[in-house]
Amino acid sequence: MSVGSLRFVVNPPRGALGWWILLPVGGAALAALWWSAVGTELSLSGLINGLPWIADFLGRMLPPNFAFMEKLIKPAVETIQIAIWGTLLGIVLALPVCFFAARNLSPHAAIFHGLRQVLNVMRGINEIILALIFVAAVGLGPFAGVLAIAIHGAGMLGKFFAEAIEEIDEGPLDALRAAGAGTLQRIVFGVLPQVLPAWVGVVLYRFETNIRVSTVLGMVGAGGIGFELISSMKLFAYEDTAACVLMILILVLGADLVSSKLRAMIR
Amino acid sequence: MIEIRGLSKSYGDYPALKNVSLSIRPGEFVVILGPSGAGKSTLLRCINRLNEPSAGEVVVDGTPFSSNRRDLRLLRRSVAMIFQQHNLVKRLSVLKNVLVGRMADLSPLLTSLQLFPEADVKIALHCLEQVALAHKARSRADALSGGEQQRVGIARALAQQPKIMLADEPVASLDPKTSRTVLGYLKSSSKESNIAVLCNLHQIDYALEFGERIVGLSGGELVYDGPPSGVSRDVVRRIYPGLDDPNVLDAAQRLHERRGRGTAEPVIQRAEGGA
Repeated sequence: MSVGSLRFVVNPPRGALGWWILLPVGGAALAALWWSAVGTELSLSGLINGLPWIADFLGRMLPPNFAFMEKLIKPAVETIQIAIWGTLLGIVLALPVCFFAARNLSPHAAIFHGLRQVLNVMRGINEIILALIFVAAVGLGPFAGVLAIAIHGAGMLGKFFAEAIEEIDEGPLDALRAAGAGTLQRIVFGVLPQVLPAWVGVVLYRFETNIRVSTVLGMVGAGGIGFELISSMKLFAYEDTAACVLMILILVLGADLVSSKLRAMIR
Repeated sequence: MIEIRGLSKSYGDYPALKNVSLSIRPGEFVVILGPSGAGKSTLLRCINRLNEPSAGEVVVDGTPFSSNRRDLRLLRRSVAMIFQQHNLVKRLSVLKNVLVGRMADLSPLLTSLQLFPEADVKIALHCLEQVALAHKARSRADALSGGEQQRVGIARALAQQPKIMLADEPVASLDPKTSRTVLGYLKSSSKESNIAVLCNLHQIDYALEFGERIVGLSGGELVYDGPPSGVSRDVVRRIYPGLDDPNVLDAAQRLHERRGRGTAEPVIQRAEGGA
């Protein structure tokens, strides 16, 4: 197909149908969209009718109660502390597992698949749900939050650590093997130097995420600034709510900034 | 004395290596020539059992090695390898890469804590001197040029103080000038330490220049084993079936006529006397 001096250089989809395959695919996609729009009661008029109420809510939040910010410092610090220990325990849990969960290092395919499933389950359960479980187990407070973040984070970190191991250049491992180096030496001198930059990046990203998550853990009583947020809303003290939101923004942006600076430093 | 006895390797039904036997004297510099897929890499990787041979054995100084873990480690201690892509750990220092050659003898725990015996560090530094890179010991491996990285690969192999070094196309990714420098260091250092070298090459001219003995491999079989002077036009044709490049053939023939005082060597003949 050419238009003037331009030619359309795209291969038709493989298969007997060629371009006609787009017809059923497009139809199915449209049907799925329509079906889920009905299921979720998407409604433009609903949004438009709700706009004044959103404006009303925002109006009640303004001006934020800056005096309240001072009382938020302690919960904000607690939020950071939850994220620090949650991240650290997540790393401690993920580290011994990740070597066995990497396809190229795992001693057996069954171990690899089994561990990947364990990590999937840990990652599959949302932190809030884990926090509810741990609040029941160790009581209200930030420790339940630390455990929730650690478990979910270990599932995430274990998978990313293992994937980084799968991407290494195996040439140096051959060289270590040919030189008669043992398993520990192959990991310390062949694997770790290659994966360390990727791992540090993943950990920093995880820390950022954990800060965000621990700002809401308080809603289920697992410590941090979320508790202040939810109680201010229950008391209709929307100016205080605005202060909480501001504090959360400061936390999240701060974590972003610190981790991107640190990431630029390594490499 | 390194003896390779009846080494064979099949990948599924495909025989990559057919019953290859060679014996190599200490300090001998042997070059293996052969087309891609002739089994050159397979031969080397079967010798140190990075690939498990289907049949055959390797005997070093009269000791045969089985495939159990202890034997494997002893075998790999006396057989070092140099790779086409260097296979250095890029983020580690040059010195630490060379120390990898010492690791078979060292405590896994102490080395993991980055603690190495003074004597082994000295050996590593001496090996770097042999390839003229002692001044780069503290640089990160990826800060070096390709040729320098391969010289570190040679130093790592030397550090093993092996009986033989297997070099798998060590200059395939280097320019001609650097290639000659690297091969020069490989040869000089192996002579200095009396280590035998078994080196795969693709360049016939380097093979004839550096090799003291040429082994021709084609289709997984030995088709020539003799001195470089015996590599005539016909031998080159036998190693590279279907090769019809007059430049290569004539160059080999000219060299053969200039160097070879006798007649062309028969196939599979032990080279007598080190050149």
